[in-house]
Amino acid sequence: MERFQWVRHRCRQLLAIDSERGWYSPPDGLPSKSSPQKVSARRRTVLARHGPHQEEYEAVSKKYKGNSICTTKYSLLTFIPMNLFQQFHRAANLYFLFLALLNWVPVVEAFEKEITMIPLLVVLTVIGIKDALEDYRRYLFDKKVNNNLVRVFCGKQKSYIDRCWKDVRVGDFVRLSCNEIIPADLLLLYSSDPRGVCYIETANLDGETNLKLRQVVSGSLQGADFTPESFHSRIECENPNNDLSRFKGYIEHSGEVRAGLHSSNLLLRSCTIRNTETVVGIVVYAGHETKAMMNNSGPRYKRSQLEKHLNTDVLWCVALLIVMCLTAAVGHGLWLNTFKDVGFQVDGETSPALAGFYVFWTMIIVLQVLIPISLYVSIEIVKLGQIYFIHNDLDLYNQQLDSRIQCRALNITEDLGQIQFLFSDKTGTLTENKMVFCRCSIYGVEYPHVENARRLQVYEAEQNEAAGRTVTLKSACSGKSLSCRSLSCNRSSVSLHTLTAESSEEEDQLSGHAAVRTGAFCSRMAKDVVPDPELVRKLSCLSSSALHLKGSSSASLSSLELTYITDFFLALAICNNVVVSSPSQPRHMVAEARAPLKSLEEMKLMFQRLSFYSFSPPQIKGSPRSFTSKLFTRGKTSSFTFNTPPNNSTDGSDPALECSQDTCKLKTKVDLPDRGDREDSAAMSSREDLENLMEIKADGDGVKQNLEGMGGDGESEEDIDDELLYEAESPDEAALVHAARAYHCTLRGRSAESLLVDLPGIGSLVVQLLHILPFDSNRKRMSVVVRHPVTGQVVVYTKGADSVIMDLAETQKEQAQEIYSHIREQTQKHLHTYAREGLRTLCIAKKVLEEEEYEVWLKRQLLAESSIENQEELLLDSAQRLETDLTLLGCTGIVDRLQEDVPETIEALQEAGVKVWILTGDKQETAINIANACKLLRSSDRLLSANCGSREACGALLEELLSEVQHEEEREESSLNSTSSFILVIDGRTLEWALQEELKGSFLELSCKCKAVICCRSTPLQKSKVVQLIRDKIGVMTLAVGDGANDVSMIQVADVGIGISGQEGMQAVMSSDFAISRFKHLKKLLLVHGHWCYHRLANMILYFIYKNVMYVNLLFWYQFFCGYSGSVMINSWVLILFNLVFTSVPPLIYGILDQDTPADTLMKLPELYGASRTTKVYIPFMFWINMLDAFYQSLVCFFLPYFALAGSDAGTLSFGSPINTSALFIILLHQVIESNTLTWIHMLVLVLSAALYFGFVQLYSAFCVVCSHPTNLFGVETLQITQPLFYIICTLTTVAALLPRILFRALFNSLHSSAPLRSAQRDEAAAERYRQRMKVWNLKHSGASSLQVHADNPGLEPIEDEVVS
Amino acid sequence: MADGPWRGFYCAFAVSMYSMFMWKVGRGRKKKGRGMTGKGELLHPGKDLSVLLTSLFLCSPADCAIKAMVKHEQEESPNRPDNTAFTQQRLPAWQPILSAGIVIPGFVLIGLAFIGVGVGLFITSRDVQVLELDYTGAVATDPCYKCSDPSIKDCGCTMEFHLDTLFKGPVVIYYGLNNYFQNQRKYGISKDDNQLYGDLDTFKSPATACSPYDYDGKRNPIVPCGALANSMFNDTFRLYRMVNGSKKEVPLNGKGIAWWTDQNVKYRNPNETPLINAFNGTVKPINWPKAAYELDTTDVYNNGFINQDFLVWMRRAALPDFRKLYRRITKDEYQAGLPAGNYSLEISYNYHVLSFKGKKKLVLSNVSWMGGKNDFLGIAYLVVGSLCVIMSIVMLIVYAKFKFPEED
Repeated sequence: MERFQWVRHRCRQLLAIDSERGWYSPPDGLPSKSSPQKVSARRRTVLARHGPHQEEYEAVSKKYKGNSICTTKYSLLTFIPMNLFQQFHRAANLYFLFLALLNWVPVVEAFEKEITMIPLLVVLTVIGIKDALEDYRRYLFDKKVNNNLVRVFCGKQKSYIDRCWKDVRVGDFVRLSCNEIIPADLLLLYSSDPRGVCYIETANLDGETNLKLRQVVSGSLQGADFTPESFHSRIECENPNNDLSRFKGYIEHSGEVRAGLHSSNLLLRSCTIRNTETVVGIVVYAGHETKAMMNNSGPRYKRSQLEKHLNTDVLWCVALLIVMCLTAAVGHGLWLNTFKDVGFQVDGETSPALAGFYVFWTMIIVLQVLIPISLYVSIEIVKLGQIYFIHNDLDLYNQQLDSRIQCRALNITEDLGQIQFLFSDKTGTLTENKMVFCRCSIYGVEYPHVENARRLQVYEAEQNEAAGRTVTLKSACSGKSLSCRSLSCNRSSVSLHTLTAESSEEEDQLSGHAAVRTGAFCSRMAKDVVPDPELVRKLSCLSSSALHLKGSSSASLSSLELTYITDFFLALAICNNVVVSSPSQPRHMVAEARAPLKSLEEMKLMFQRLSFYSFSPPQIKGSPRSFTSKLFTRGKTSSFTFNTPPNNSTDGSDPALECSQDTCKLKTKVDLPDRGDREDSAAMSSREDLENLMEIKADGDGVKQNLEGMGGDGESEEDIDDELLYEAESPDEAALVHAARAYHCTLRGRSAESLLVDLPGIGSLVVQLLHILPFDSNRKRMSVVVRHPVTGQVVVYTKGADSVIMDLAETQKEQAQEIYSHIREQTQKHLHTYAREGLRTLCIAKKVLEEEEYEVWLKRQLLAESSIENQEELLLDSAQRLETDLTLLGCTGIVDRLQEDVPETIEALQEAGVKVWILTGDKQETAINIANACKLLRSSDRLLSANCGSREACGALLEELLSEVQHEEEREESSLNSTSSFILVIDGRTLEWALQEELKGSFLELSCKCKAVICCRSTPLQKSKVVQLIRDKIGVMTLAVGDGANDVSMIQVADVGIGISGQEGMQAVMSSDFAISRFKHLKKLLLVHGHWCYHRLANMILYFIYKNVMYVNLLFWYQFFCGYSGSVMINSWVLILFNLVFTSVPPLIYGILDQDTPADTLMKLPELYGASRTTKVYIPFMFWINMLDAFYQSLVCFFLPYFALAGSDAGTLSFGSPINTSALFIILLHQVIESNTLTWIHMLVLVLSAALYFGFVQLYSAFCVVCSHPTNLFGVETLQITQPLFYIICTLTTVAALLPRILFRALFNSLHSSAPLRSAQRDEAAAERYRQRMKVWNLKHSGASSLQVHADNPGLEPIEDEVVS
Repeated sequence: MADGPWRGFYCAFAVSMYSMFMWKVGRGRKKKGRGMTGKGELLHPGKDLSVLLTSLFLCSPADCAIKAMVKHEQEESPNRPDNTAFTQQRLPAWQPILSAGIVIPGFVLIGLAFIGVGVGLFITSRDVQVLELDYTGAVATDPCYKCSDPSIKDCGCTMEFHLDTLFKGPVVIYYGLNNYFQNQRKYGISKDDNQLYGDLDTFKSPATACSPYDYDGKRNPIVPCGALANSMFNDTFRLYRMVNGSKKEVPLNGKGIAWWTDQNVKYRNPNETPLINAFNGTVKPINWPKAAYELDTTDVYNNGFINQDFLVWMRRAALPDFRKLYRRITKDEYQAGLPAGNYSLEISYNYHVLSFKGKKKLVLSNVSWMGGKNDFLGIAYLVVGSLCVIMSIVMLIVYAKFKFPEED
């Protein structure tokens, strides 16, 4: 028996490891690059901080990092230098710094010294403030995390005291309780669990909410009396690295005894302790050295694509500037040569060449405006404005969560308009991450669960209501827990974001009732499965015929089917790793704590049964939500009464009372083995008891069971069952257990070797658990080997992917051949239906083992378990040996409901030319299922799956697939009906090969040929590598969207990272650029806001450059008339402020408010998104067109006044005045022409800009007597505005300069607009036109309507022809 | 950056912008002011937009901080975005899609207006009479040829001219220089505004901008300093009307030729009487025949820095070919203009321009409402106007061809 125990223990251990590997399975050869310390010193030694080896501790731990984290870029002191340093990374800023300095050189000085500093100062200040605010936000978050409290052992006080996270050091002992978050990477030394295990939830780390098992360090101080003082061991482990699944080392106990350490001993930072009362661990990695932190590749400064393009254009401007300055320099030299020693010659000594050289620099200062200084600031501001509108969009507001979109990156709005690849996480991003049992098929009979489906729909409304309630509750309280508003779902997993103790407490108080502390996946929706009436009826037959279960068969339905149904639900209930706990006492393993409560529970149960059977009205308690669910149950009950056999209703309440008392007795008895440590004998004896009891029960009237089974008491029972919490490794399991419970097949408890299950009509049973063959991705199934509680046979229940189970399900008995094949056929059919509906399908099968058979297998299994070499293979082999000749019981369909509008969104995005990839840690089938459900995968698409085990195989496979695709393409080209496209499905292991240098190319090529790619079982690092590969190699804009911490690195790598706030904590949100609450918001975000932002920004940049070139050229032309001396005809203040103030706001408004296409058109026609991406606004062509126009306008703007004033007595500034004024008008009106929409804001800003200019120059020329030498404006402008000539010149210049633009726009707008837009207008106009035409046709024969119809609308012709003919 | 009188206006603009923004935002918010929900976000981009915009305008972080605080207190709306036309970007907008309907009539109108103005300008310009007398003396036949040699001092020459008709008044006399780069940068810089404003300190130590015309060889400060003042035009003219063989001088009015602002505000003599005291210890500019305080011996108030000819010179011409106002003929019988007849111009030739191939001329002109004679503007207006009209016709054709084919 001892050996047996050990085997089981081992099995558990393997299970835990395997479940980990499922998510992180890097091939062994994978080099982990990002662990620089690994090279320097290979190991780290950890000693207890307050242990006996103080000195050694000091010596070793000196270089280990503390646990405080710091993600800010700057500190208070370093902000100014660092920020300046950062800012001067921008070439433009450097350039202006250079200019400002240059102006201090006397020989080249062009303006007053301070003037050239202004633009730079303004830019630096504005951006500095922005950066400071951003960093401050980061700082506050760090502070919050660092100041979380945790109990750490203090050497002086010899006890655990509260300390901040940041004060935790390597070597500290940390004691954690259930639901606490682990502050650093700990080596588990003690667990209150008698078996020395502890469960952790890694949601914060990898986004998966399942529970993982962790094991106390073996051979150690495990026992009730672990004390830090007695810890004298030394831990040797590897240096910090980012591999979550790897941890190697050993612990050396006092007696030179070494014990190995592996990853199942390690508690990772930011995971949550579950189901374990207390654990104690010693810190081995802290702070930035923890695996969690090392997996977060730090934040990347994202530079928008447009800005990169902009930089090339700025370079062009620089080139232009240099040409201009060279012209001036050469010109000045030549000019000086012709004039020697004349009156206006100031210093004759300087040689012309040198003077020319000086003039070159002077000109650079004078023409500095050519490089759009204010552009960079303007872009920042425009983006802020754009973000303001994105943030305020009602369509991106989620009412249920009361959350808007959060824009966290402020500088990449326009990249939203250029996305070509979208990488999406699956769970929680596309789906709700709420698994709900949907329907099932047993014995080849489908139970559609119509009511259940309806419930799911109703749930939505209910949820709204609930959310609303939660919100009001929350808003009523103080601001502490406000940040967790998005977690209004009733989960106890307190995310990192909200992990202050107070907030979690508060949350509890808020939500009040028991539902709060439900474990993972116990959302209300998943729990309340409404049973299918037909199935309930059959089950009730079972209970009624429980008497005859073994003996005579077929009362109303075949006993075979009944057995199937019972087995099916039994399998659902037990074939899993679900841990049962109750919300108030999650530490289900602690017997002492549990005992009194259990009896209390039973008292309650008894009471409720009593009250129910005496027809007292059920108490309505709890929240409205539970009330609703009760209403539901009632509605259901009423519909069931119809099915009840008539004789039932005649019975009184007396027998029922009796019966329920029986049940209670039974339960108390059965409960015994559930507590504490059990001996097999005890279990056996209790089983005997049980059988006795069953007989007693069977003696009683079956009718009561019937009643009970019919869900009539579901109401009362549900209240009790609510106390049960299932914490599962995967949400599917939880969903299935809940589904089983809905049929009163309730899993009540679990211990290492037995399970306590309620069965309808039978009551609680102890199922002896012999083996668990855990899930693995190769077998794609899991099995439990149990001793059947009723028959006593050894039974294998297997649950797994349909593909494998169907193959394994063989018919055994000759005579039943027909019925088996029928069941298979039917089930297969149902499976297809489920898959089409996008349900996650699982098949349930069983196998009855003969005792001898079992013995034989057991031997092999034990052998396999105890073998050291190729243990894995042996185990696999053993499992496969067992899982043969299965009897197919049925299948289930579980829905992980897609979020609303996901298929529509994906469809729209694909129409918009965005390639959607799914990168998920989930298994392949699920991923494909979901891809199916969200219409990423259509029936016409061809699936290419890449799963292989070695690099060579992978390379060959990729080649093969590639050639297949190419072949197909060629074929399609020839056949011309290219309807099918390819979807590549690749799993994590293969992906790892494919991402290696040699195979990258073919992988890229293949994936580019596919419409979509689904990467399953991928690790966070792989996700980011894939994104990086696409981003870098194809050079396209990528967007990554995810909700969990496992998506963080992907989000950070992508050009645009989007976090979905919701179920999985805040990690993804914290690292994202935009955080939305639903996937569907992407549609508007990209199609409308992205499109707008891009257009706005691109147009604004073009306009800005135009503006600068146009203005600067005026100064340049003047050089031809002032001896190329760098003289200006405009006041230097006006010159500098012209760009910075007078003409800076209208472009901002233009960049923030312009709408080239209305929002609803953009939503309706996703093609426009793609079109605007391919025919980019911001392309070299447009740039040069704008440059040309700027040249033309500046020529007009300079030379018209020139000719008008040539030979007159106009002074320099009097000459500059009309030029400058017309330039202002031209620039402002140019924008009016370019704008697609003009609102009152535009108008106001334009008018104000002009007014500001006039105001400024007037006041300046009226009051500033001696300032601004040598371009003193005093008296000039005041005189100018009194002269008619000024107005005449300005009008002429403005009109003449704008004529070509107007002409171009007018022709362009009416003759050329984008094709999809036109088609839209056409569609809209078509109906209208048709009506009008009909009217006109009816009225007159000569259709002289003044309708304006597009000339090039071939699509319209047929319609009109029809009308006319 | 804020100094000078324009700050008030600037700030007023900023404040008005801000308050407008706030008003707009506030109006939206007031509609549904429910309980405070205060989110955990610290940087609320939307809210901060206004703050940032303001910060740009007001350039004062402290202001910003206060504003931000005020804002947060006002922020009492629930998290739900306001459903206003502004925040939802549904503001009623005029879409200036330049279509035929707007462009063609618009062009016709503009064209016609321009043609009208052009005709007006052209006629006005045609009525302006201009008489230019080039007296550079570059050619040997010129009466002033003898004076063009820089070595000859105090040279005088006479030019005769004949007016066929009455030269309508008011007649103004300009002197014109060609190829003279008054707008050259270093030349333009080379003066000391404070000195010319009458600041006595700068008499002793002129601004470095004046270099090398700040001190003479003996380190005596030059007043007025700088190349601009130094190169002052110093030819003088006398106009005689030949009446019956005898010369009758036409009185030239030297008053009011400079800008009022220059004479009364920008340029000031030092507050010392007599003026000469202020110039103690200074020397006159190298090229000047006499010091600044004796520029006009006839009128005490036309001396020093407020001498009208000086002021005219100091206002730099924009282009290398320019003319500057010299005198006006406003007095006596010449108010109506110069009668037809023979005139004689006596020139005191001091200013040499041949070294840089310059030209000097005297220009007699009368002025219209639009200034001097300028045919260009009228023609330009006519051309642009006609272009507009032609373009509208072209566009009409284009539209007719592409836009309404089915109307035929």
